[in-house]
Amino acid sequence: MKILVAVKRVIDYAVKIRVKPDKTGVEMNNVKMSMNPFCEIALEEALRIKEAGKASEVVVVSMGGPQCVETLRTGLAMGADSAIHVSTDTPLYPLAVAKLLCAVASREQPQILLLGKQAIDDDANQTGQMVAGLLQWPQATFASKVALGDKSDVTVEREVDGGLETLRLQLPAVITTDLRLNEPRYATLPNIMKAKKKKISSITPEELKVDIQPDFMILEVVEPAKRKGGVMVSSVDELVDKLKNEAHVI
Amino acid sequence: MKSLWRNSHDWRRLGWAVQRGKTIVQAPASLGSARGSSRPLRDEGSCVRKSQSRVVPRELYVSDARPGVPQVDRWRVCCTFHRRGYGSAPGDTQVYRDKRYAELKDADIMHFRQILGEKGVVTDRDDLDWANTDWMHKYRGHSQLLLRPQTTQQVSEILQYCHAGRLAVVPQGGNTGLVGGSVPVFDEVILNLGAMNKILSFDEASGILVCEAGCILETLDNYLKSRGHTMPLDLGAKGSCQIGGNVSTNAGGLRLLRYGSLHGNVLGLEVVLADGTVLDLLGTLRKDNTGYDLKQIFIGAEGTLGVVTKVSVLTPPKLASVNVGFLACEDYASCQKTFAEAKKQLGEILSAFEFLDRHSLEVVLKHLDGARDPLPDSKESFYLLVETTGSNQTHDKEKLDAFLESALEKELIKDGAVAQDISQAGSFWKIREGIAESTAKAGAVYKYDLALPLKDLYSLVEDMRERLRDSATVIGFGHMGDGNLHLSIVAPSYDDKFVSQIEPYVYERTAAVNGSVSAEHGLGFMKAKAIYYSKPPAAVQVMAGFKDLLDPNGILNPYKVLPIGREKLIQVVDAFENAVPLLLLWPTASVKTTKTFGTPNFEVTSFDQIRHRCRLSWT
Repeated sequence: MKILVAVKRVIDYAVKIRVKPDKTGVEMNNVKMSMNPFCEIALEEALRIKEAGKASEVVVVSMGGPQCVETLRTGLAMGADSAIHVSTDTPLYPLAVAKLLCAVASREQPQILLLGKQAIDDDANQTGQMVAGLLQWPQATFASKVALGDKSDVTVEREVDGGLETLRLQLPAVITTDLRLNEPRYATLPNIMKAKKKKISSITPEELKVDIQPDFMILEVVEPAKRKGGVMVSSVDELVDKLKNEAHVI
Repeated sequence: MKSLWRNSHDWRRLGWAVQRGKTIVQAPASLGSARGSSRPLRDEGSCVRKSQSRVVPRELYVSDARPGVPQVDRWRVCCTFHRRGYGSAPGDTQVYRDKRYAELKDADIMHFRQILGEKGVVTDRDDLDWANTDWMHKYRGHSQLLLRPQTTQQVSEILQYCHAGRLAVVPQGGNTGLVGGSVPVFDEVILNLGAMNKILSFDEASGILVCEAGCILETLDNYLKSRGHTMPLDLGAKGSCQIGGNVSTNAGGLRLLRYGSLHGNVLGLEVVLADGTVLDLLGTLRKDNTGYDLKQIFIGAEGTLGVVTKVSVLTPPKLASVNVGFLACEDYASCQKTFAEAKKQLGEILSAFEFLDRHSLEVVLKHLDGARDPLPDSKESFYLLVETTGSNQTHDKEKLDAFLESALEKELIKDGAVAQDISQAGSFWKIREGIAESTAKAGAVYKYDLALPLKDLYSLVEDMRERLRDSATVIGFGHMGDGNLHLSIVAPSYDDKFVSQIEPYVYERTAAVNGSVSAEHGLGFMKAKAIYYSKPPAAVQVMAGFKDLLDPNGILNPYKVLPIGREKLIQVVDAFENAVPLLLLWPTASVKTTKTFGTPNFEVTSFDQIRHRCRLSWT
């Protein structure tokens, strides 16, 4: 059984980001980039399934410019068997990613497609769901427990607002991972050395016959307004006055 | 008979032999008259301990002149023994309060209230508790007053008053010191600089930061981070330690390998001397060769020469590409070889090289919350933490990969993990930085901070383990890049008798390889008498001279750092059977008179008065 894991290269979780002065986006030069934490968790889960003997191959896929290869190397160093780099310079948004993943999955024919639930740079939480729709595969999102069954099915426990929901899906399926699923392993030296020899195949969206032109344009990126300090009011009248005249809520 | 005259190279052996003694015999009262002072030798300021062996006072004799032995005036020889008890024992079992210091009175407190206002004066017992106890909970003082000045002028007025009234003062910063140097021994007034925490200026072009002494290191680092720079030092205690304290103790830390010590990074200081004089050495110049570089004497003086109130630091730019690797080695020899390889191959990007042994890792994993074993599958004996900092991620990664590959090929390292993002790097560092905290949770810790030649770094740990067997856990870790071993011995509880198994032995071993008994922690109270293991007596004499010059009344941080005290006893070394009766001659032409230093240790005595035979064993 093959598992396909999609990973994204994002600004490191611990970095304090700054908005560019021209408001076109976030400062990305000279900033530490690394694999999206949720994608790490997804890859870790795939590796655990492989170590349990239920899968034979783990393939990582990432999309974007040439720097994505670094993230793929990290994925290979953690233990993945091979990597696919979809090379493009166009900015990619969730729908485009979903279409590309759909095309890659049709080629690779995995039984499970694992993704992180969302990327920490856009917090979109859309790709997994969209790709399941495009592939017409069952999906289980926000997985906090994944257990493969005997009859080509998988039981997933999801974290939802109301608590925990358990679903059983027929493979092939799309699963997106949440934080409490596992703790990703460190990339150890022997694996890092082996990763250098593993294969990273490169492919372009044209070859996959996918149109990735975005449907929208980002006009402006600004920081959220700084929170102003609270003011102590001395009486109810003053409070009403402030609500009416300053905050304009009544 | 052996020659008595030893040249300065052998003084250490000499010192070692002198300091081996366990027996102390009281000096006769007639000694006092030789000094020309009316104070009797034996008073409350001295310590007396009865001899435990059968040393009988006998006529002292002076060896006759022989070739190689300089002729000295036998009446003017200075016997410079000073009591050496188990000075590092916790608590003040062997030190008595010096009666020359005044006791705190209400009038004093009122005066301080006038200078500082109500907020700056703390007399409440519970509030004082924190300031009176050190971070390791090993030393506890009994101060009744804590002062929190906000300006240098206030510090100056306080010290002026204390100098005049002979009130002992303990300058205190974050109280994170590990040798009891930041807490009072008796009832000294605590001068806490935590309220002086303003950042005064920062020049982005040169990276020179000027700030007050009470700024917490982490705060400064965060301030600089947003401006593209970083502090040149980094310690586990960075969340609480203050820059004034760091400078006063010449703190080393994790990045000394890359950025050098504070002696090089501090460009200027503003110091308030014991009599209240404000010494403005606050330059912001990278180079200034006008006159003697006075600030260097205050860096590392541990608050005994002056109170640091402002600091000017040269900060390096914060480079973006940081890589951390956690490597496993089989034995100490391969750790050394890995270090040599790292220096060669990583070159200028190497920024930290730490080592810890298996026992340290186990203690951390057991007692630290959220600690995770980076290499759960390998059970090696030594772990190395290597960090590189550079400006180009690709270049650094290539170098690091090349180094790791070659180290793995040559079997210098058996396994390792490389952090893939900042939080993984943080968790590797957490293990190394958390050792101190974990050992504190594990039991009573005896910490020794020794600088040793690289090849002898770990043999001491193994010897201690052999020596102590099951009575304690011995762990060794430290800054291998700087040749600095932190030896921690975790015992079930603090116990004086237990210390005797560790104490002189560890220092003697260090002195034997010409190491330092305190690489970065300082002497403080714990090692106040251990300086002779690493410094010649002539040097200590000069240090005492400085102390006398800058602090004639001895009010700043008394009982610490230098072995200055009022113990004037002659130590008789418990001799072996075949000991040759010898006399230690110490012609010190400079100490001709009976004038003593401010808090004297070196005394002129004459032989006639000494009616004991001193027997030393030379090995």
